[in-house]
Amino acid sequence: MSQTGSLQGSLDLLVLKILSRRPKLHGYAIMTAIRDTSGEVLRVEEGSLYPALHRMEEAGWIRAEWTTKENGRRARMYDLTAAGKKQLALRSRGGTQ
Amino acid sequence: MSLWSRIVNGLRADRLNREIDEEFASHIDEAIEQGREPLEARRAFGSALRQRESSRDARLIVWLDSLRADAVFGWRQLMKRKVTSAAAILSLALAIGACTSAFRIVDALLLRPLPIYAPERLYSCYHTSILLGGNPLTLDGYEYPMFRQMRAAVKDQAELIAVSFASRTDLTYGSDLEMEKGYVQYVSGSMFGSFGLRPALGRLLTEADDLTPGAHPYAVLSYDYWTRRLGGDPKILERTFRMGGNLYEIAGVAPPEFAGVEPGTVTDIFVPTMMNPGVTQLDRSWIRILVHLKPGIAAESVRDRLRPPFQAFRTGMVKRRFAGANKERINKLLSEALMLEPAGAGISRMQRDFHQPLTALSVLVALVLLIACANIANLMTAQAASRTREMALRVSIGAGRWRLLQLMLVESAWLATLASAIGWAFAWWSAPFIVNRINPPINPARLILSVDWRVLGFTAVLTLAVTCLFGLGPALRTSGIKPASALKGGEDPHSRGRLMHALIAVQTAFCFLVLFVSGLFVATFDRLSNQPTGFSAERILTVDAEAKRTNTPVFWEQIAERMRSVPGVEKVALAGWPLLRGDATIGSISVDGRPASAELGYFLDVSPEWFDVMKIGLIAGRDFRQDEKDPGSAIVSEAFAKQFFHGENVIGRYFEKAESRERYQIVGLVHDVRYRDVRGPMLPVAYVPFRWVDASGAPKPKRWATFIVRSAIANPESLAPALRQEVPRSNGAFQVGNIQTQQEINQSHTVRERLLAMLALFFAVVALLLAGVGLYGVLNYSVLQRRKEIGIRVAIGAQPGSIARLITADALSMVFIGAIAGLTIGLISARSITSLVYQVKATDAGVMAFPVAVLLAAVLLAALPAVIHAVRIDPAQMLRSE
Repeated sequence: MSQTGSLQGSLDLLVLKILSRRPKLHGYAIMTAIRDTSGEVLRVEEGSLYPALHRMEEAGWIRAEWTTKENGRRARMYDLTAAGKKQLALRSRGGTQ
Repeated sequence: MSLWSRIVNGLRADRLNREIDEEFASHIDEAIEQGREPLEARRAFGSALRQRESSRDARLIVWLDSLRADAVFGWRQLMKRKVTSAAAILSLALAIGACTSAFRIVDALLLRPLPIYAPERLYSCYHTSILLGGNPLTLDGYEYPMFRQMRAAVKDQAELIAVSFASRTDLTYGSDLEMEKGYVQYVSGSMFGSFGLRPALGRLLTEADDLTPGAHPYAVLSYDYWTRRLGGDPKILERTFRMGGNLYEIAGVAPPEFAGVEPGTVTDIFVPTMMNPGVTQLDRSWIRILVHLKPGIAAESVRDRLRPPFQAFRTGMVKRRFAGANKERINKLLSEALMLEPAGAGISRMQRDFHQPLTALSVLVALVLLIACANIANLMTAQAASRTREMALRVSIGAGRWRLLQLMLVESAWLATLASAIGWAFAWWSAPFIVNRINPPINPARLILSVDWRVLGFTAVLTLAVTCLFGLGPALRTSGIKPASALKGGEDPHSRGRLMHALIAVQTAFCFLVLFVSGLFVATFDRLSNQPTGFSAERILTVDAEAKRTNTPVFWEQIAERMRSVPGVEKVALAGWPLLRGDATIGSISVDGRPASAELGYFLDVSPEWFDVMKIGLIAGRDFRQDEKDPGSAIVSEAFAKQFFHGENVIGRYFEKAESRERYQIVGLVHDVRYRDVRGPMLPVAYVPFRWVDASGAPKPKRWATFIVRSAIANPESLAPALRQEVPRSNGAFQVGNIQTQQEINQSHTVRERLLAMLALFFAVVALLLAGVGLYGVLNYSVLQRRKEIGIRVAIGAQPGSIARLITADALSMVFIGAIAGLTIGLISARSITSLVYQVKATDAGVMAFPVAVLLAAVLLAALPAVIHAVRIDPAQMLRSE
């Protein structure tokens, strides 16, 4: 549990960090961004990002909305909430200690 | 917010699934757009199904979702077998409904605390006395002068409150011709304050309204009466009403929740005790004494302080009234001690009368519920058998035991909840239906049957209990399934049968018990209502009348004469009161100067022709003459002659009332009649002339009398309007009170027994039906299970008789065991209901034969279809289908 917990925790932190720098990303973009910063976390399966995103959404750190792209396809765009920003500040402080 | 969104998501799980899938698809699309190979992108994404599962879990509450899924699945299971489910739900609904309505009545009458301040500190005085003759009775009527002394004795420990027995009283808001009845209760002025009640309108009575006899004509109306009778008139405080010669001002309206302290009666009007002439009378027992303890005071210490004034008053009373009475009786009277009992739930005669019957009925109802539960448990077991493979499959693909348990229990909960809902509707209708039958129509019971958290909570708990009761057993069994053996079909086929058969035994035992007890009740009602009373109640109308001023017997005779001229009236006689109304006058009897008897004689004053009107046969001697007086002549009953004259010839002999030394010569001997009660032995009665005189021979006035009218037509009640209006018009000096037929009075003695018999019979039928259906179901199931075996047996030449035996042997032996158990429990429990049965012994052959015969018939009927089915099995077809 503690291992998955820390793994989950670092994934959460990564997502929060990415979204704080670049607002409104869909899942695939977040995945690419994560892969760019650290290849480690998502080595196993790309899809395992989504349960994490949905969990954070339920926790109220990020919010999502459906938008229609130029090619007519729908995509779900994620954005940081105030609670998410607070969470990020808390965690990065915890991380530096 | 988040919890809410998760609950909402749980309710629209399909949409959530689609959304997640769409997001995954857009991920893959994006990857392909970025130039990746579709196959590679999909592989890199991983198992979409698993990701979806964990995404779902994140976005909704897992247990809620699984519960929802189970609920949907359970519902489908129920709908799949509509008829079976409907039968199960309806039978359970009937049982739950009966339980709920029993609870509603028991709660309203016996359990619910009065809506007052500190009801747990409210007590009521009573004592067990031989005062009224016969067996010792619990009495709680007391004299006001004694109450005064008692109140002074415990002033700093408790508030003593006098409350009269609520009684239907004549009163009018207009002229005398518009007399109506209202339940009036005389109460201590301190009652409302001590109970912490606030007026809904105006003011309530206080101690200042209860100081001087006759000086406080103020009344407080109950909220119910104000809204029902007076339409909630806001100007009611300006109105007045007249009652018993006093003009009352309406001071206020009591709060809605307070309906008096007598469950079963809703008091209409409260007036101060000081307005009752009884406050100064030494010998009138007309109030209950309530004790509202101050905080921290023990009831025992108050009781001990109340006893000395009680004893002193009783000694005085015995000296005044029973000086010449039998010594032993006097000693007994003096040794009776005052007791206190909790009265937080109110105090009423109906509570005393119906405590036991309601308890007995509740037990019957609970048994019916258990029978219904056993039925459904069997049904579930049988259904679980047909779902063995489904369950085994679920276990093999990873369902945990708890998950299967949940699945099965949710299905049970569906059944129980639906049944509770229907049962609730049934209780809604049936509880008032039963309450309406508690009292005779002239004096209807009114119970406040409110629906509140107590009733709701009871139903909720019942539903839960029932779910566990019939659902847990089969669910545990099913969830403990071993997939390997189940899928092979190698499970022990008899283990299920054992559970079902055990339940059959339990059902039979309970069913037998219900039948047995209801047989006792029905027999009791039958004996009581068919018991000869010694007089003819047919075509008799009794008219109670009250003179405005006390009046001489001649005055009453004139009115009787006037009544004889009303068309339809055949004969009219006068009496102190109608037979069997419950009134009595008693006295010790002294014969030939011997000391007073220990046994009591009972008296009734009657006019000449009374015996003729009541059709009571004269054995010897003659009827009264018009000029005979009391004291003077008497006509005695056979029981009287036997009791006090040892069966010798009594005509011309003398006896004395020991208390008053009044002397009577016996002029006639008549057959025994039911005097006060329909139970017990015939009482020794002496009839005395209606004309009452004092020692000097001058006529003494009477205030109350009853006209006994024999009508020439079949339904005497049709004379009532004419008698009520016509007669007072000719003579305004008296008013007519209750008019009842003698039949009604007679029947009022068996109202309780009739209700008990009716309900018990109903539950017996339900129990029998349920148990029969249960047995049928089990037999039918076992035939289905053993089709193959039976087919083979028939093929190799088994006779129909042996097939029938094969099918029914196990079940019938269970029925037998159950019946024996039921009989044993019945005989033991019959002891606790001896006071509810009359002239019926639990060990009577007839009483025992009835349930045996009925049960036997039901068993045969229930077994027949299964046996026919088994015998008709065609071996060729059966074996071919395998």
